[in-house]
Amino acid sequence: MASHGIKDRVAIVGMGCTNFVEHWDLGLDDLVIEASNQCYSSAGVAKNDVDAYWLGTAQGGMSGITLSRPLQLDNKPVTRVENFCATGSEALRQAAYAVASGAYDLAMAVGVEKTKDSGFQGLNAVPPPNDGTGRTLTAAAMFSMVAPAYAKKFGVDPDELREATAHVAWKNHYNGARNSRAQFRKEVSMDTIKKSPKVAGDLGVFDCAGVADGAAAAIICRAEDAHKYTDKPLYVKALSFVAGNGSGLTNPEYDYTTFPEIAACAIDAYAQAGVTDPSNQIALAEVHDCFTITELVLMEDLQFSPRGTAWKDVLDGRFDLHGQLPVNPDGGLKSFGHPVGASGLRMMFEAWLQLRGEAGDERQITTDRSLALTHNLGGYPGEMVSFISILGTELG
Amino acid sequence: MQGIITWGTYLPYRRLDKSSIAPFVGQGGGKGTRTVASFDEDPSTMAVEAARSALRGRNLAPQQLLFATVSPSYADKTNATVIHAALRLEDSVTALDLGASVRSAVGGLVMAARSSVTTLVTSADIRTGLAGSAEEANGGDAGAAFLLGDSTAGPVAAEILSVASATEEFIDRWRAPGNVRTKVWDEKFSEVTYTPLAKTAWKQALAEAKVSADDVAMIAVASPHARVASSVAAKLSVAKVVSDLVPTVGNTGAAHPGLLLASLLENSEPNQVVALVSLTDGADVIILRTTQHLPDARPALSLDEQANGGAQLAYGKFLSWRGMMSIEPPRRPEPQRVSATAAARSEKWKYGFIGSRDKTTGSVHLPPLRVSVDGQRTDDMEDAPMADVLGTIATFTIDRLAYSPSPPIVFAVVDFDGGGRLPVELCDIDIDEVKIGRRVRMTFRRLFTVDDIPNYFWKATLVRDN
Repeated sequence: MASHGIKDRVAIVGMGCTNFVEHWDLGLDDLVIEASNQCYSSAGVAKNDVDAYWLGTAQGGMSGITLSRPLQLDNKPVTRVENFCATGSEALRQAAYAVASGAYDLAMAVGVEKTKDSGFQGLNAVPPPNDGTGRTLTAAAMFSMVAPAYAKKFGVDPDELREATAHVAWKNHYNGARNSRAQFRKEVSMDTIKKSPKVAGDLGVFDCAGVADGAAAAIICRAEDAHKYTDKPLYVKALSFVAGNGSGLTNPEYDYTTFPEIAACAIDAYAQAGVTDPSNQIALAEVHDCFTITELVLMEDLQFSPRGTAWKDVLDGRFDLHGQLPVNPDGGLKSFGHPVGASGLRMMFEAWLQLRGEAGDERQITTDRSLALTHNLGGYPGEMVSFISILGTELG
Repeated sequence: MQGIITWGTYLPYRRLDKSSIAPFVGQGGGKGTRTVASFDEDPSTMAVEAARSALRGRNLAPQQLLFATVSPSYADKTNATVIHAALRLEDSVTALDLGASVRSAVGGLVMAARSSVTTLVTSADIRTGLAGSAEEANGGDAGAAFLLGDSTAGPVAAEILSVASATEEFIDRWRAPGNVRTKVWDEKFSEVTYTPLAKTAWKQALAEAKVSADDVAMIAVASPHARVASSVAAKLSVAKVVSDLVPTVGNTGAAHPGLLLASLLENSEPNQVVALVSLTDGADVIILRTTQHLPDARPALSLDEQANGGAQLAYGKFLSWRGMMSIEPPRRPEPQRVSATAAARSEKWKYGFIGSRDKTTGSVHLPPLRVSVDGQRTDDMEDAPMADVLGTIATFTIDRLAYSPSPPIVFAVVDFDGGGRLPVELCDIDIDEVKIGRRVRMTFRRLFTVDDIPNYFWKATLVRDN
């Protein structure tokens, strides 16, 4: 028994991504049509060429019919998947495995979320009928417990840590300002970030990701077929997924300074891809910056920084757009916005643009590395799911 | 002989300074304070806390549970079953609500005193009234619990010497069910009506107890009318009358006879004759003789200690907690109603706060798990009752966005002594009080109510030095 992965067996050969904004004038159907049509066009295929579909949506609809009806698919197999905020990544993962298995030649993953029809700010999961004893906290509150624990454990001055988390927001807004698809396209000053009204704990409004409407899509084929569709495919090097057992909520040994599910997921992903020195092999990373402190801790769980030091690397600009390892060059959840079911595919869309040199002058990174990492989590500290993909432009 | 084996009282943490009422309303209020049940408390939760105080650390087994309140959270459905579940009483224990009148509370004591069954008598009340009313200013919120039985059930701290009643139908205080406003007739009418009833019952009780008024060391007189209580107390020729608690706690309605009886016992010495006189829709008198077991029966937290504790609450919060003033909720979806079937399956956890302990590793799981955390064994667990286990705050946060009937939510990750961790809401706390390392205890609360279903569960509250 082992996690073998499917390194270099499948490739992404087309992608699409809508703008992520408050699409008051577009419904879920409109969003999937736009992302899917972009994607068909990107791969140069007709709708009927795609053999099977996976739809990721957390709350946008039930069953594959949520996709097959708006796209008017012709008796195609369509599976709706949900895996918290990693839903979009999960759709791609299933499509990739389906192609790798030989079951289909071409598969498409579509992720979508229409968050802004609820009338509420933020994300609002509807739990199944229950005994009423579960937590009712916001995600912001659960993640707000990380920063004080981190500062205490590693002896970081809380003001310096605040500077680092504010830098994460500053960086992601800087990047998002250079991305025409992003929800928030303005740079924000460190002062504004640090003085923003508190939402939970010490997390201010500018420490929290935006919630948007949007959709993204990817078409997968066997690696050997990739050049039929594009000169610049992205080969799938690793797809790793961990669903935690929730023990962090109940185990007194959990200290809120790391996300063990993600650390385990990273180990598996690097093993699948044969990556031995992530911080020097990865060209860019798209990570799940739902809150600023989350991104900071992820730098350690993804092995980009040794434990207790990510805050220094953040302040040194190592993860800035033109730093040694750009993180969230598209603005991340923070300024690109977070339509739950689409976000994982949006991260891959940035990898697609950056590794193909198509991100545009304003935010195209320069690198001689050929690998991108996307990381997508769902849940809370102590109880989360983690997804990591590693994508590359070269075989081998 | 039937007697009181143990007792407990519960005063909620918050106090309303009555002088804050008139500047807001333009009338009402007065001097002193009153107790205020939190937004997440109701008579059932307060009865649970009083009963926990009575039973904690004692190996006592009630055979029946009686509950009285004027403001029950359920009609039709029994409220006492909630209390029964939270106290983790045996299934064989009968749990009954007494009618929604103030007299039903002392009625529970009377019935238990006249029975041979070991009975846990609980009462609790939330007194509201309209803004600016005397009822609002002079009311209070509290719970009380007494375990009555004979010496086979446990050491008797106060023997029942006699019980006597005088009943008459007259309209002096009344309200329609569900209405917050209690209406009153002329108090002089009450005084002239109650006085002879009190004398009749008093005389009969003394005769049955074979004692004279001179033998009675102390009495407590409970009445919704302060004037009637003091006037009757003066006429019964007993040297010492315990405080009616109205200046600090308020008149707690159905809880009041119990509070005053607890006060009597907590201020008595062994081998004294004491008496409770309750004046509501008649007169009820219980005469008791304390025993040498009295000191051991005293609850860990006395009524006086609770009355001297607590913290102020702004009048606006009081009004919003009682539903007298609507305030803007957070812009988040309101919670769903509790699933009856899901709640029934998790009764031990939801009501009894019983987790599971891995028999092999000893690790405690909150909520209970069936499979061990290493994934290797299924159903290798035993019950881990955690309601009386103290914990320590490992970390915490303040949630200003989440839905709460009284935002913001103060939330902590609590590590329990001897193992087990639960991220849980804190209650009865000001934001600047929460600190890593502070000690907490669990308390039974009503989280919210949807579709007329109160969602009962446990919260943590600070262990405070009184």
